[in-house]
Amino acid sequence: MVKRRIFPVLRGLFLGAMLLFLYAPILMLIVYSFNDSKNLGTWQGFTLRWYADLFLDRTILRSLWVTVSIAGLSSVTATVLGTAGAIGIHSMRKRARGAIEGVSQLPMINPDLVTGISLMLLFVAVGLKDGYVRMLLAHITFNLPYVIFSVMPRLRRSSNLLYEAALDLGCTPAQALWRVIIPDIWPGILSGFILAFTLSLDDFVISLFVGKSVNNLSMYIFSSAKRGVNPAISTLLFVPVVTLLLIVNLRAIRKEREEEAQSRKVRRKR
Amino acid sequence: MKRRLFSYPYIVWMAIFILAPMLFIVYYAFWGGDGSFSLSYLRDALFARDIEGNLANLRSFGHSGIVAIETTGICLLLGYPIAYLLSRMKRSMAAFVSTLFVVPMWMNFLLRTYALRSIFLSLESATGIQILDTQAAVLIGMVYDFLPFMILPLYTILQKMDKSYMEAAQDLGANPAQTFTKVVLPLSVPGIVSGITMVFVPSVTAFAVSQLLGGRKTPPLIGDLIHRRFMSDPPMYGVGSALSLILMVFVLASMVLMRVFDKDSPNEKGGKLW
Repeated sequence: MVKRRIFPVLRGLFLGAMLLFLYAPILMLIVYSFNDSKNLGTWQGFTLRWYADLFLDRTILRSLWVTVSIAGLSSVTATVLGTAGAIGIHSMRKRARGAIEGVSQLPMINPDLVTGISLMLLFVAVGLKDGYVRMLLAHITFNLPYVIFSVMPRLRRSSNLLYEAALDLGCTPAQALWRVIIPDIWPGILSGFILAFTLSLDDFVISLFVGKSVNNLSMYIFSSAKRGVNPAISTLLFVPVVTLLLIVNLRAIRKEREEEAQSRKVRRKR
Repeated sequence: MKRRLFSYPYIVWMAIFILAPMLFIVYYAFWGGDGSFSLSYLRDALFARDIEGNLANLRSFGHSGIVAIETTGICLLLGYPIAYLLSRMKRSMAAFVSTLFVVPMWMNFLLRTYALRSIFLSLESATGIQILDTQAAVLIGMVYDFLPFMILPLYTILQKMDKSYMEAAQDLGANPAQTFTKVVLPLSVPGIVSGITMVFVPSVTAFAVSQLLGGRKTPPLIGDLIHRRFMSDPPMYGVGSALSLILMVFVLASMVLMRVFDKDSPNEKGGKLW
């Protein structure tokens, strides 16, 4: 009986300690982003000046713009290209499909370091010098497989009969694609897009090798870490991510509950 | 209208931006920048000596391997119990707590490393114990950065596991320890394998963590060497590419080795991350 009471306490302590390990550093940065002092150890009163500085610092604003615009452009492009690619690959014969899927996995299994270097060598060899364009092309490339492998399972699950039924009912193939297949695989497209967007926001290694003098936020933090980074950036990066993830997850939890309730209803009817 | 046509833009993209760049690594590793074949880059990449005559690069390879194995081991030892406890929780509770454990994965890892650096600095000024610029700091940093990548696949597989297997084992007389070692552990092998790969690959190629937390006082990792070769002025494309090629072959070989342990290899990584 004692064991029963101790176990939840130990479990709570262990999980709590691990969460503390994962969150304490970031939370401390956030707390100290309101601190009126340059060093982290001492509290000297509340201030918003770090936030004011953030919006006056041209380097930070520029790298923020690079990060967000690259993430937006690359994830949209990768989603369109990747969804079309997945639909095409799905209709191929098994062997061709296997070969293409194998190559598609390369950027996911290859270390980022190698992917970044290989792309840099390509850009050097063809003489592409614009860091922004280089970074955009690189981000589209490493986003693509994540879109493909988010959409593919959906395609496999969706039935070809729906498509054929649409054709029988007088749709042109293009209409059937747009009105039947796309809505059917939409959740996969959406999760591929979100995945691509967040991966692009976060990327450091590949951007570092291809970006040249164009800096995204990760590169900015890396290059100025030793001098000290404005702690307000932590809030800027932390809050949106947590909000987005909570929304996605709460939606998933609610859906799960609805499905559970529904299956219970079905069972009762039987 | 042939639906296959839809994939052509993607296939062209893939050929230009995935396959061709790989060939460029091979090209630069053997032909350098000047177009004549040579094994000297590969030789320099492996057997370069420092001023004291040590085989510096081979040392870095070894050192990276050790740090990566330590990181992966610690992540597995911490991550497995976490994932197991989460999978045993009530469903509504588990969904929330597991989200908390996975959220750091989506936070900028440079910022997380920087945050850890700040913690080390303020601990040092408060207690006088130096953590920054030590071997331990690099290891803590890697575990801190990559632990969520171990927890997620383990949690996914443990949570999906059919609880009736465990009940069956207990009904047949297995004690909790036996149920764990004979039923739960073997069934979670695919999760362990993908957790190990997701931690091992980034930690064996890491260079940002070691540069921000280890500074110049800890021995350079292989990632540091490669980074320096390409960032030097002028960049050393030949040796850098040779180093990357060796690293890539090593990583791919170890992944093939891992797949042997994992019979039904999951290839829906994109879906699994959510």
